[in-house]
Amino acid sequence: MDNEYYLELSENPVQFENASTVNNVFFDEANKQVFAVRSGGATGVVVKGPEDKSPIAFRMDDKGEVKCIKFSLGNKILAVQRTPKSVDFINFIPDYPHLEFSHECKTKNANVLGFCWTNWNEIVFVTDQGIEFYQVLPDKRTLKMLKSQSINVNWYIYCPETAVLLLSTTVQGNVLQPFAFKNGTMSKMSKFEIELPMVPKPAKLSLSERDIAVASIYGEVYVMYLKHHSRSTNSSGAEVVLYHLLREGPCKKIHVLKLNTTGKFALNVVDNLVVVHHQSSQTSIIFDIKLREPDCAMNVHQPVLPARSIHPCKIPLTGALCLFLYLIFLLLSVYLSGYLWYLQVKLQPTVNLLQDKGKLMDFLLRRRDCKMVILSVCSQMLEGGEKGNLPVVATVFDKLNQVYKEYLEAEQAYTVAMESGPSRFSNSYKRPVRTQAVIDQSDMYTHVLSAFTEKKVINKFIIAVLMEYIRSLNQFQITVQHYLYELVIKTLVQHNLFYMLHQFLQYHVLSDSKPLACLLLSLESTYPPAHQLSLDMLKRLSTANDEIVEVLLSKQQVLGALRFVRSVGGHDNVSARKFLDAARQTNDTMLFYTIFRFFEQRNLRLRGNPAFNQGEHCEEHVAYFKEVFGEQTLMKPPTK
Amino acid sequence: MASGMQEKQYTPSLLSFFIYNPKFGPREGEEEKKILFYHPSEVEKNEKIRNVGLCEAIVQFTRTFCPTKPAKSLHTQKNRQFFHEPEENFWMVMVVRNPMIEKPSKDGKPATIEYQEEEILDSVYGAVLRQCYSMYKLFNGTFSRAFEAGGVELLRQKLEKFFYRYLQTLHLQSCDLLDVFGGISFFPLDKMTYLKIQSFVNRVEESLSLVKYTAFLYNDQLIWSGLEQDDMRILYKYLTTSLFPRHTEPELAGRDSPLRPEVAGNLLHYGRFLTGPANLKDPEAKFRFPRIFVNTEDSYEELHLIVYKAMSAAVCFMINASVELTREFCEQLDALVGPQLTLLASDICEQYNINRRISGPEKEPQFKFIYFNHMNLAEKSTIHMRKTASVSLTSVHPDLMKILGDINCDFARVDEDEEIIVKAMTDYWVVGKKSDQRELYVILNQKNANLIEVNEEVKRLCATQDMTTLKTVSCSCFNDSISVMQ
Repeated sequence: MDNEYYLELSENPVQFENASTVNNVFFDEANKQVFAVRSGGATGVVVKGPEDKSPIAFRMDDKGEVKCIKFSLGNKILAVQRTPKSVDFINFIPDYPHLEFSHECKTKNANVLGFCWTNWNEIVFVTDQGIEFYQVLPDKRTLKMLKSQSINVNWYIYCPETAVLLLSTTVQGNVLQPFAFKNGTMSKMSKFEIELPMVPKPAKLSLSERDIAVASIYGEVYVMYLKHHSRSTNSSGAEVVLYHLLREGPCKKIHVLKLNTTGKFALNVVDNLVVVHHQSSQTSIIFDIKLREPDCAMNVHQPVLPARSIHPCKIPLTGALCLFLYLIFLLLSVYLSGYLWYLQVKLQPTVNLLQDKGKLMDFLLRRRDCKMVILSVCSQMLEGGEKGNLPVVATVFDKLNQVYKEYLEAEQAYTVAMESGPSRFSNSYKRPVRTQAVIDQSDMYTHVLSAFTEKKVINKFIIAVLMEYIRSLNQFQITVQHYLYELVIKTLVQHNLFYMLHQFLQYHVLSDSKPLACLLLSLESTYPPAHQLSLDMLKRLSTANDEIVEVLLSKQQVLGALRFVRSVGGHDNVSARKFLDAARQTNDTMLFYTIFRFFEQRNLRLRGNPAFNQGEHCEEHVAYFKEVFGEQTLMKPPTK
Repeated sequence: MASGMQEKQYTPSLLSFFIYNPKFGPREGEEEKKILFYHPSEVEKNEKIRNVGLCEAIVQFTRTFCPTKPAKSLHTQKNRQFFHEPEENFWMVMVVRNPMIEKPSKDGKPATIEYQEEEILDSVYGAVLRQCYSMYKLFNGTFSRAFEAGGVELLRQKLEKFFYRYLQTLHLQSCDLLDVFGGISFFPLDKMTYLKIQSFVNRVEESLSLVKYTAFLYNDQLIWSGLEQDDMRILYKYLTTSLFPRHTEPELAGRDSPLRPEVAGNLLHYGRFLTGPANLKDPEAKFRFPRIFVNTEDSYEELHLIVYKAMSAAVCFMINASVELTREFCEQLDALVGPQLTLLASDICEQYNINRRISGPEKEPQFKFIYFNHMNLAEKSTIHMRKTASVSLTSVHPDLMKILGDINCDFARVDEDEEIIVKAMTDYWVVGKKSDQRELYVILNQKNANLIEVNEEVKRLCATQDMTTLKTVSCSCFNDSISVMQ
């Protein structure tokens, strides 16, 4: 059971003082900071973030109860709301006056519902009558109005990741008006209506902010609506409806996540997965909106995995076992326990929970820390050696290589763009990021294939898997690295499957390369045809003429070597001594004579004299020639 | 008959064919026991004994000159005898009548017959004899195994059963250089499609674990063999000269022709069994497949041979003969292989057409060639049109084929690389090149060309001509660089 928890809490939670009568705790989602405000700040404010080693601690005057407190991006300016009308600011920029200044909302009779930082010096006030977008001028200790919009607001949600502000309007609250912020500009996006399960009569506020969340999933902004089960409609349970928020154009309802149960829920987005916590069953389920369900209608999703609890964790200091209570979910648990955790997805347990390997790969390839898990899935899959496994292996390889290919293409496009010089386009090209999902040939070789071929599996299966991998690479037009070919050859040779090897080479499944040709050459003693295969390969490479000569000479095919050199036009530059040495070794005096004559003629042609030069080191051979054939047989220099 | 006044040509033909083992009847009076098979069977007993005795004597006699290499053939005016000892003490003898010309009676003189003793080649008919044995062995295993299993009686039965039919299919008049090579024609294919086939074979072997070996052919050309080279060579010969031609005739037949096999209402795929049941739906269908023997040198395996075909793609599945094949298995195979193979066949066809389009329209080339690589048995001929069950059609004059055979004999004599250029009658030049393990024979028809021009032409041809088959040109490095496919 222990290895079935696929959700866990981060190892190092942010710890802070429990909320109490004297201690108020606030959480800022934008900076992921927890504020502990003691006695209105008079006895100290402690700010802790997830990565902050040392917390920020300071004091401020107690000017009444703090309703909300947040740093701007980069902890430059602190904003504190104490009254329904105004927000107070404190500079945290060094060399700026640390004095507080206050700003009152412009709209008359409006109450400030809250505020959100959209930049280090830009802030939005959300009032019940509209929004006001300001630039904070810390040196002048004033705020400059950038833009405002009047609209009746029930409540609001701000998504710091995407800088989108969502306002609930109308009496029922189900018409949502999004705004996007970027570098001092505020743009109004098209509003949209959330379909309520039932329309109350008389009309009253029926959509709660607790049922709405904004998140960025796979780089797109979605508004998630937790649609509770209603008895009137015959739906099987609650569902989460995802509205795709576009910068331009209307917002579309595009995904429906089936929860198949009822009760209280909470939503999280972790690693592009929508995590839904269910209170009564104390379990969570995850959805991947990119995972298509074959048996469901378009964009209706079932949970990827069966529901599981979050892995129980120990509170680091006390050692007490903390059962994640699913009480009022993540945020409230924070306030109560004095710890702030982050939710993480553990990938290893998913391997056993998701039987369909193709689907599992789709799922894993989209996760952040997936590499080692994917590789271990591959290893496991091959070791099993179950029947009917090969199509699965093929599917998995294809999925891996699809991602691999996309990365290679992006990389190549980037290189091309860079090489074409710093043109005006080059700025738009960012170096492609190599995510963990990019599993290249060396990963596969090191972690999966080389170990696999050592295993005691039926050799048919080993070969089939290797060929399947090579097929998949070829299908995606990825150049296969020669070490994979070597692995194929090694395996075939090990099992004496030479004819198979031969056929692969014949159809150029194993692409030509010098290392491969040399490997083949070394097989000659066990499999003589490897010699011809190797020479052919060298010849096709057309950059290996020297190697061909060496091979032929080593086989004592001196004439053949010479003919070859001549056919490629290199006979004026070859070393005479090398050929004469080889000819001597054959103990064939006629052959020696022929070779000797050839070089005498070459000397004559090149230098006008048949004699060998000092530098050619052929004295020994000249002496031998004289000894065997007599001095008068030496070619005479031309008489002038 | 009709050509009463003309010369009449007789092609070489089979006079007799016999198999004997001198150890089976060593004593006098028991000579008949030596004879295991004799064709024609109606020959009188004493003549059989005499002929066998003569062969035995010749072999014994020639052994005194070279104990390891006794005589292979005996040339006489009227016929030529070929001897082959495929297994120890088992001798196969084939007697071929020389081709002859009958000159009609003239001026009252009787008709004369002129034997053309030098027209037939030892290498060609020696190879035919060896092939007879290989084919027998493929379907029956070795002589000695049969003898061990059921004594002389069983062996005699087997020989009788096999050779009675097989000898009828020997067409000695159309044997030529290709019989000497006994090569395999490989289907040219791009890497990706080849890998797809690999993948298909591997998947089928995985899901039908009974399948021990697989071979894949397209258009009667080999693409993949799980069998070893020598076994594949003879199986290939059987498939392409016997099994496939028998089945192409019905395929080519018209829709309403009675020859056309009944399509079993299966519209999902085009797969069907070439061996075994003709129609799976037939409740009377028998699930018996031919048995073949492979790896007779070591593991000696007996296998069922299932040949399954969809469009132009044919796959041989070989399964251990000890397993009984059932209807269920055949249905499973049909359901698994049929759709995949149909798809694959159309893939290959498409790819093949693309490649052909790239290589440009086919022009009638100025030359014809035969290529053979001893190393992988790859063979390619533009001389032979089409192999059928009955005859192999060649597009050149038999005289030229004879020259090719002669050159081949010359090559066989020495190990060295060689090149021979022959000016034949009727303006033809014949060029033979041998380099390492490869042989190339080119027939050029160029009027008034001289030796140098022919040499240049062949060189150019070797260097540039993409000699068909596999896409890339691989070259031999020796000699004047033969560059031919594979």
